[in-house]
Amino acid sequence: MTNSIYTTAAPVARLIEELHKLPGIGPKSAQRLTYHLLRAPAEDARALAQAILEVKEKITLCSICQNVTDADPCSICDDHGRDSASLCVVEEPLDILALERTRSFKGRYHVLHGVLSPMDGTGPGDLKIQELLERLRSGEVTEIILATNPNLEGEATAMYISRLLKPLDLRITRLARGLPMGGDLEYADDVTLTRALEGRQEV
Amino acid sequence: MPRPRVYKTKAVVLRHRKLGEADLILTLYSPELGKLDAVAKGARKPTSRLAGHLEALSHTNVMLAQGKSLDVVTQSQTIEAFRAFWEDLERMSRAVYVAELVDKSTPEQQPNRALYELLLQTLRYLAETAQIDVVVRWFEVQALTVLGYRPRLDRCVRCQADLTPVANYFSAVAGGVICHDCVGNGLIVRPLSLNALKILRLMQHSYVEQVLRVRIDGPLADEIEGHLREYLYTVLEREMKSTSFLQVLKREALAGT
Ligand SMILES: [Zn+2]
Ligand SMILES: [Zn+2]
Repeated sequence: MTNSIYTTAAPVARLIEELHKLPGIGPKSAQRLTYHLLRAPAEDARALAQAILEVKEKITLCSICQNVTDADPCSICDDHGRDSASLCVVEEPLDILALERTRSFKGRYHVLHGVLSPMDGTGPGDLKIQELLERLRSGEVTEIILATNPNLEGEATAMYISRLLKPLDLRITRLARGLPMGGDLEYADDVTLTRALEGRQEV
Repeated sequence: MPRPRVYKTKAVVLRHRKLGEADLILTLYSPELGKLDAVAKGARKPTSRLAGHLEALSHTNVMLAQGKSLDVVTQSQTIEAFRAFWEDLERMSRAVYVAELVDKSTPEQQPNRALYELLLQTLRYLAETAQIDVVVRWFEVQALTVLGYRPRLDRCVRCQADLTPVANYFSAVAGGVICHDCVGNGLIVRPLSLNALKILRLMQHSYVEQVLRVRIDGPLADEIEGHLREYLYTVLEREMKSTSFLQVLKREALAGT
């Protein structure tokens, strides 16, 4: 950049650089966001900065389920109306939101904060698996629902955890992987079709 | 080979990376084009028609259109899904390693049909046979040949003398076996047992079926694995990240018995 005639002011360049670090934000989007903030009222910018700081200062992980929370234990772990025998294991906190929207699961959760990804070198030690094992020690949980994503990493994680939990004599289930709503039978791949057949239900 | 604007190819899906909200970048290995990245738009949505036909480690038929930076997958149809990888973590972990090795040992868009065939055959055997680690070793030896790094196993790399049927040495830097007379002078070598040499030769010259008839396990299997790992690391100058997961599985299998 030394031989360019016009250079961006240093604070602007720094903000672009910081925004560019965020997932899904390319260099063009980072620039756009930066110039948007430059034009925005000062109080909007301050509110954003404050919100970012508060997230880092006030939000922690629930010591029981590892979900992000501002109170420990989190509201789900603290809810005595929920079934503590059934535990749903998810990859990320956002997955809890998706499952809670269905209102059809009344048990509790455990967040792994990631997924086994052999090709990226992410191993079991990088996930909250040890915390899961410790949680199961009390014997209160009798069913584990593995709700990892139906892709290679999610399957690897589900297989790894179910193998680890085998000696504990729990009922271990995996979310059914069948035909998506709005999907066409003719476009379904063999694995999906086979699983949809296996998971067929009485009507 | 210049790609037409829209084209069709078979490919093995080596890996996936997330892109944006719902897209995937696939690393494909095709017989005509070699390794190439392509975008599958919307493939992370559950309703995607593409997704199930583009799973990692599957063999698939794809239709691609040239894009601004990356080509875009417009249609896909699975040829072989290799279901066994999705039901058996041991098989999956080996298949992931093989895919990573192909990914990290090849430049973009340089076709190598022999490597493609080798990859497919290896995946087929990894999905079926019980001796998955022997299949991986055979794949490594064969991959060194098709990638142009074939180690010399018939005579001493230094003095060209025939090898006597005793323990010799293996040197990744020198490119093969070193005899007793030539070892030294600071050359980095590993002791090579006669049995390991015989197995390596068998793997270099034979179809996988023949190799699978021989019993290769215990310290002999460990020795061969060590030689090949060192060799691959020396010629490729890349660490395979999936080996650390293989080691976790191996440790736990040992702890469980
Ligand atoms: Zn909690
Ligand atoms: Zn010699």
